[in-house]
Amino acid sequence: MAENSDTKTDPVFIRIENVTKKFGSFTAVDNVSLDIGRGELFALLGGSGCGKTTLLRMLAGFEAPTSGRIMIDGQDMTGVAPFDRPVNMMFQSYALFPHMSVEKNVGYGLKHENMTDAQRKDRVRELLDMVQLTQFAARKPHQLSGGQRQRVALARALAKSPKVLLLDEPLGALDKKLREQTQFELMNIQDRLGITFIVVTHDQEEAMTLADRIAIMDRGVIRQVGTPTDIYEFPNSRFTADFIGSINLFDGTVAAIKAGKARITAPAAGCALEADTRYGLSTGDKVSVAVRPEKITISRGKPRSTAVNAVQGEVLDLGYFGKDSLYRVKLASGALVRVSKVNDQRLSEADRQVDWEDKVWLSWDARSAIVLPEERP
Amino acid sequence: MQKRSVFILSVLCFGFAFLYVPILIMMAYSFNASRLATVWGGFSTEWYGKLLQNDQVIDAALLSLRIAVVSATFATILGTLAGLTLARLGRFKGRTLFSGMISAPLIMPDVITGLSLLMLFVSLETLIGWPSGRGANTVTLAHITFSMAYVAIIVQSRLTSMDQSVEEAAMDLGSTPLRVLWDITLPIIAPAMISGWLLAFTLSLDDLVIASFTSGPGGTTLPMLIFSKVKLGVTPDINALATIIVCIVTLGVVLAGILMMRSERQRQLDEQRAQAEAAAPQPGIA
Ligand SMILES: Nc1ncnc2c1ncn2[C@@H]1O[C@H](COP(=O)(O)OP(=O)(O)OP(=O)(O)O)[C@@H](O)[C@H]1O
Ligand SMILES: [Mg+2]
Repeated sequence: MAENSDTKTDPVFIRIENVTKKFGSFTAVDNVSLDIGRGELFALLGGSGCGKTTLLRMLAGFEAPTSGRIMIDGQDMTGVAPFDRPVNMMFQSYALFPHMSVEKNVGYGLKHENMTDAQRKDRVRELLDMVQLTQFAARKPHQLSGGQRQRVALARALAKSPKVLLLDEPLGALDKKLREQTQFELMNIQDRLGITFIVVTHDQEEAMTLADRIAIMDRGVIRQVGTPTDIYEFPNSRFTADFIGSINLFDGTVAAIKAGKARITAPAAGCALEADTRYGLSTGDKVSVAVRPEKITISRGKPRSTAVNAVQGEVLDLGYFGKDSLYRVKLASGALVRVSKVNDQRLSEADRQVDWEDKVWLSWDARSAIVLPEERP
Repeated sequence: MQKRSVFILSVLCFGFAFLYVPILIMMAYSFNASRLATVWGGFSTEWYGKLLQNDQVIDAALLSLRIAVVSATFATILGTLAGLTLARLGRFKGRTLFSGMISAPLIMPDVITGLSLLMLFVSLETLIGWPSGRGANTVTLAHITFSMAYVAIIVQSRLTSMDQSVEEAAMDLGSTPLRVLWDITLPIIAPAMISGWLLAFTLSLDDLVIASFTSGPGGTTLPMLIFSKVKLGVTPDINALATIIVCIVTLGVVLAGILMMRSERQRQLDEQRAQAEAAAPQPGIA
């Protein structure tokens, strides 16, 4: 008991320690270590087949790690059966019980709970209220629409007030509008109940809106963990930089380092570039300079001479998206650079300042660019 | 277009005639007043009356029903267990052998099944004194053995097509594997078990060969009785008996069809309603 109260103050609530899962000779999850805090909304983001579901299933207890261990609330989960874990899961396919009504589905987890029939009924009603399905209580799952089924699955997974809720692509089957609406509902519910949520998704926008922190997975390995801002503004590798949003990369070598800034000779840019660096670099290292399209200023005239990173090119393509425009600019070296510009003034087509085949200057601040180490294969 | 539909229609008529004319002829002759099977001697229900007074026939029919019910029930239980094992135990050593052996009775000729079961019963009797003699019990055991395979196959195919995450969800919500089986798996595969039971029931009711091998005194099933009677020549009371069986079977099939159609229509209505409501604005928010 004393131990238990100790762990309550521990910010680390779920600890995944060097967990590896092999199916035969294939490694689905490769030496993953993660700490997740109490009440956090944590997203696992990655492409198809990278091991997200497998990691989630190990947390729920449906798969046993080949090596490593998982601790939840200070308790080692090795050998603990799924029905004994303080964890509930919302399945990718919803997995509703087809032969039970909505009410019975939601109340199923309460059957073994120590409560009277009246208490159980109240709890089910409360949950159905929360997901706005009270008038569908007597329906069977096949009599519901996709969005309603998704809400039944959520209510059922929340019924036992688990310490951790695992959600495997919870919004995968919904259309875009319903998706956005449900994202906010999920965040509200999580905020109100204070349960730790681990959400699996392959949709980067969804991860960015939902999560407190995101882990980027790639072929069984965690590539980066951080807040959405961290991951977007300070990617630690070309992989994450490319995976989240779009980015321009200039390969080059470090020429000099001075006061947290690196000077890089980048043949593709046609000149030396200056950028912030977070990593221990030394002169001569092969690196990439990464700049997000919206951090680049596009102009017809030469920028003020104080701008360090300025390159010249020709507009190859122009896309108008209403709130912003996207330019593709071809540099003298042949490299293509994407630039986006917010349309903060109302201009007709004739007034457009930069047009097709215009010669333009691109410039950006040293602080807006980031230096990434060369990708390990 | 016109020609083709005439052709198709005549093929259809021919096909149906092929299937049903023999049965209709048999039914017609069951009302024949003449004792001779091939001569029409006027309308009469005499043979039905005779049939109902024939204790031998009634006893055989009741025995057949009893054997069919008991063997179908046991075959369903054992077959379901086998199906569960095949579908859910994953890869265990000898799985291929096990599944092959389960389905062997499906392709084994009845004569061989019957003969080998007879050998088994005889040698068991000499070894441990059980079963003492052959009769209804040994027929029941034999029927369980061969119809179990059918149930196992039906149940297994239902289980493999079933979404396994439903079972995981129940376990995730705190149910032990045994509870999951009872609460979730069995209700979901119940329709497959019922069709397995019905199949086992008809297989048992229908079987002549295996029953002939494994039966003994006091174990004459209806097919055995009919067959032995027919050996002495077809009599109109057998036609009457066959007519009654055909009528009962038809009634059963029609009833099952109506029930299935009704629930299907209900389901479609429900789904339409759900979609309409999902499309309409939610009443709770206004
Ligand atoms: N039971 C299993 N046996 C063998 N290989 C498996 C098993 N489960 C998963 N895998 C493999 O492990 C890898 C990771 O699978 P996983 O389901 O975790 O992917 P995921 O990240 O959830 O992908 P998705 O976004 O498509 O759902 C895949 O290559 C898959 O083929
Ligand atoms: Mg998955």
